[in-house]
Formats: sequence, structure tokens, C-alpha cells
Amino acid sequence: MSGADFLFQGIIRAFELIFSLNPYIISITGVSIKVSGTATLLATLTAIPLAYALAFLHFRGRQALIALVNTGMGLPPVFVGLFIFIMLVPAGPFGFANKIFTPQAMILAQYILVTPIITGISLAAIKAVPKPIIETVYTLGGSWKEAIIMTFCEARFGIITAILAGLGRALAEVGAILIVGGNIAYTGSVGGIGEGESYTRTLTTAITSETSKGDISTSIALGIILISLNLSINLLANFFQRRS
Amino acid sequence: MELFRVENVCMAFGKKDVLKNINLGIRRGEIFAIIGPSGAGKTTLLRILNLFEKPLCGNLIFNGLDAGKTGGLRRRMSMLFQTPVVFNASVFDNVAYGLKVRGFDKRAIEKKVSEALNTVGLPGMGKEKARMLSGGETQRMAFARAIVYDPEILLLDEPTSNLDPANVAKIEEIIKRIRDERGTTILIATHNIPQVRRIADRVGVLLNGELIEVNSIEGIFTEPEDERSAAFIRGEMIY
Ligand SMILES: Nc1ncnc2c1ncn2[C@@H]1O[C@H](COP(=O)(O)OP(=O)(O)O)[C@@H](O)[C@H]1O
Ligand SMILES: [Mg+2]
Repeated sequence: MSGADFLFQGIIRAFELIFSLNPYIISITGVSIKVSGTATLLATLTAIPLAYALAFLHFRGRQALIALVNTGMGLPPVFVGLFIFIMLVPAGPFGFANKIFTPQAMILAQYILVTPIITGISLAAIKAVPKPIIETVYTLGGSWKEAIIMTFCEARFGIITAILAGLGRALAEVGAILIVGGNIAYTGSVGGIGEGESYTRTLTTAITSETSKGDISTSIALGIILISLNLSINLLANFFQRRS
Repeated sequence: MELFRVENVCMAFGKKDVLKNINLGIRRGEIFAIIGPSGAGKTTLLRILNLFEKPLCGNLIFNGLDAGKTGGLRRRMSMLFQTPVVFNASVFDNVAYGLKVRGFDKRAIEKKVSEALNTVGLPGMGKEKARMLSGGETQRMAFARAIVYDPEILLLDEPTSNLDPANVAKIEEIIKRIRDERGTTILIATHNIPQVRRIADRVGVLLNGELIEVNSIEGIFTEPEDERSAAFIRGEMIY
């Protein structure tokens, strides 16, 4: 079999796996979306109030927090993974919780990775709202609550872009969740290609293990799904960026 | 008779004195112009009147109420800033804003917005996107938004400085109409002398933070009391 044939066969088989709704692939995709989606949701709930506090309140430690957010935006995932691993292993300080190699541990890792990203981009969007807009709210009789709502409306596309950027980053991330999730799937008794059910195996971690196992078609199928998800998110983000 | 009384107001930013011992009474229903060169302190005075800045000394008496001790007075005024501000929404939502924050019901809002849009010559424009309006239309929308909840005083900071002559004439028309039809007291900061003559009843000349003269329109153009304000009126002052 030539190299081209090999690739061609792999792609054909990958599409077969996707369109036959292969349960193994579906369950991996499901874990990816569940973990990254939950992490992004929780990160959003933290990041937006945090961005508002950093934009409008003058409290002690504000500059330090901004520096922390900026550093956090470029945090290496493997470092976060290692840190949480050390915290959660049975011998670690939170070992009693028994959470290492669980989806919750993965959500925690991605939450830490994504929160600074959403905070940083939202903060930039909120700060870009011109001061006269806020003063106009006040002169027209609005209170500080209305001023906050107005900045949210004015910065809404920027904030949505921030959330999508966070989600994209979470879905594409592999280092942290590989370490704290363990890439676990329950394989069937046969253990053959396209069988099993994911527990902590995601699109990215599965690609690493399927590739090293030599199951190229499954890897390609997973890669196609991953790229499609990220592409859709990017298109959506572009759409909102153009509107803001 | 007097709506807004300014007593011994002074203001400084850092070491720079921006307003020095200002005394001024704005009468109900008049169009009062504050004129003076750039940097004289016009914007600062308007921002103090709209309670954005707290003066370093002096008192503001609005309708007999001490603004330093009475809450909610800003809601009885309205201010147009020098740079036009547009909310990223429809014209209707922009104009309706002051009514919504005051809790007016939907029908009252629709009625008042449509009246305000008529006053500024933008009837039926409610559905347009506000950011799509031309410069002149944007300023007219800002007027509608400022008067829709019937403020007792309208503070205008150089409302025509960014407009071409045709739009300047329209805005001046609108300013007079607002006062004549709604009885709104209007304070306008400007350095456009011919404009003052066209629309104002009285005028105060602000120079380097000092109010050097307060006079009627006839008075200031025929017998100005201060040599410096005479020079400013004649256009001899560089600014
Ligand atoms: N927030 C501020 N901080 C420092 N200086 C200011 C501030 N606002 C105004 N000034 C200064 O006060 C003076 C008066 O400004 P302003 O009231 O804007 O004058 P005008 O509106 O008549 O042009 C200027 O010298 C300006 O530089
Ligand atoms: Mg000014």
C-alpha cells in the first residue's frame, strides 16, 4: 500500500466512522463538549464580574490582579495540569477528594486556563466603551446599575468573542486534561477499532493515543470533528468581531 | 424666577485654577449663553452644574434646593456633551432611554418619543439604527433624547461646533423651539458669537475661569461693560 493509498483509505474510513455515528467517537466528542463547555461556562461566570470589577472598582491589589490575568492568558497547559495533578493525587493536599482522573478534574484545569482569557478579552472590550457613553447614561438619569448594563450592551460583541475564544482554547487544549484526566475509556470485551466508551477521553487526548496506537482512521475522524468545532467557533467569533 | 443659582463657585484641577468665584443666576425659561475662548472653563462649569464634578467651594441652588444636600437633582436636568454620544441601538431606543430609566410605561414612552422626534425634525425615524445617522441627524437625535423626559434645564456644550452651516441653522431652530414649545431653560456654552446674537436672551463672558460680565444680548453688543469682553465680541481675542 502506497502512502497516498494509506491516507486515502484512512480518510474514507474516517468519514464512515463519523456518518455511521460510531458510538466510541460520539462518546469522545460528548466528553470534549461537556468538559470544555462546563469549564467555559464556569469561567464566564467568574470572568465577567471580575472584568467589571477590574474596569470600574479601585480596590487594593487591582494592579496585581490585572498582572495575574495577563500572565494567566498565556499559561502553559501542561503546567496547569501538573499543578492540579499534584493537588489531587492521593498523596496531595486534596487527595482525599478522590478526584484525580475524573471529568471534574479536567473541568477544573480548563477553568483555570480559560478564566484569564475570557477576563482579559472582556476587560479590553469593556474598557473600550467610551467614557462619554457612561456619562450620558448618568446625565439622562441612569444609576450605576444602568451604567453597567449599558457598558454590557456596548461591549456585548467583544464579550461574546471573549467567551468563544475561551471555548475554542478549551476544546483544542490537550496538555492539562491529559495529565489530570488520564485519557480513560472503557473498551468493550473485543477491544477492537471503534469500540468503547469514553470517561475522560476527549477529541484531543484521543488523537494522541489513537495515533500512537496506529489507528489512523479514528484519529482522522476525531481530527475532522475537532477542526469543524473550532472552525465553527472561529467563524462565529469573526462574525461578532465584525459587528462590534 | 431664578431656576439655577451659582454662588461663589470655584474649581481647580491640580494647581490650576479653572473657575474663580463664579456668581450667576439662570432665570427660568431663558436661553443663557456662556461665551469665552477655548480653555476658559465653560465645559467645567457645565459639568459642575450637571453635578459631574464637585466644586471646590461655593453652592449650587436649584429651584431653591441646595444641590450639595439634595439627591436626585440631576434627574431634573439634561446635558449634551461636546462630542456626540450614540448608544449602539435604534433611534427609538436612544431617545426612549431617559424615560425607561424613569419607569414610564410603554404607551407613554411611545407618545413622548414621537413628540420629541417631531420637535427635532426626525419624525418616523425611530426604527433607524442610530449609528447610521449623519452628523446633523445624530445631534438632533441627541437633542430629542435630552428633552424627552422634560428636564427643567438643558445644558448644551458647544452643540454646533462639529456641524456645517446648514445643520447649525437647524440646531439653532431646534434650540429656540424647545424653549418656546416646552418652556425649557437652556444654558449654552459656545464661542460662536453670531450664534449668541441669534438665539440667546442673556450672555455671560467667561475668561480664564472668571465670569467677567453678565449682560443682555442688546447690552453686550451695544455697550459691553468690560473691555475684554468687548474685544472678544469683536473677534479680536485669539483662541
Ligand atoms: N479633568 C481635568 N483635569 C485637568 N485639567 C482639566 C480637566 N478638565 C479641564 N481641565 C482644564 O481646565 C481648563 C478649562 O477647561 P474647559 O472647562 O474644558 O474649558 P472650555 O470648555 O472653555 O474650553 C483647561 O485648561 C483644561 O485643560
Ligand atoms: Mg469645552
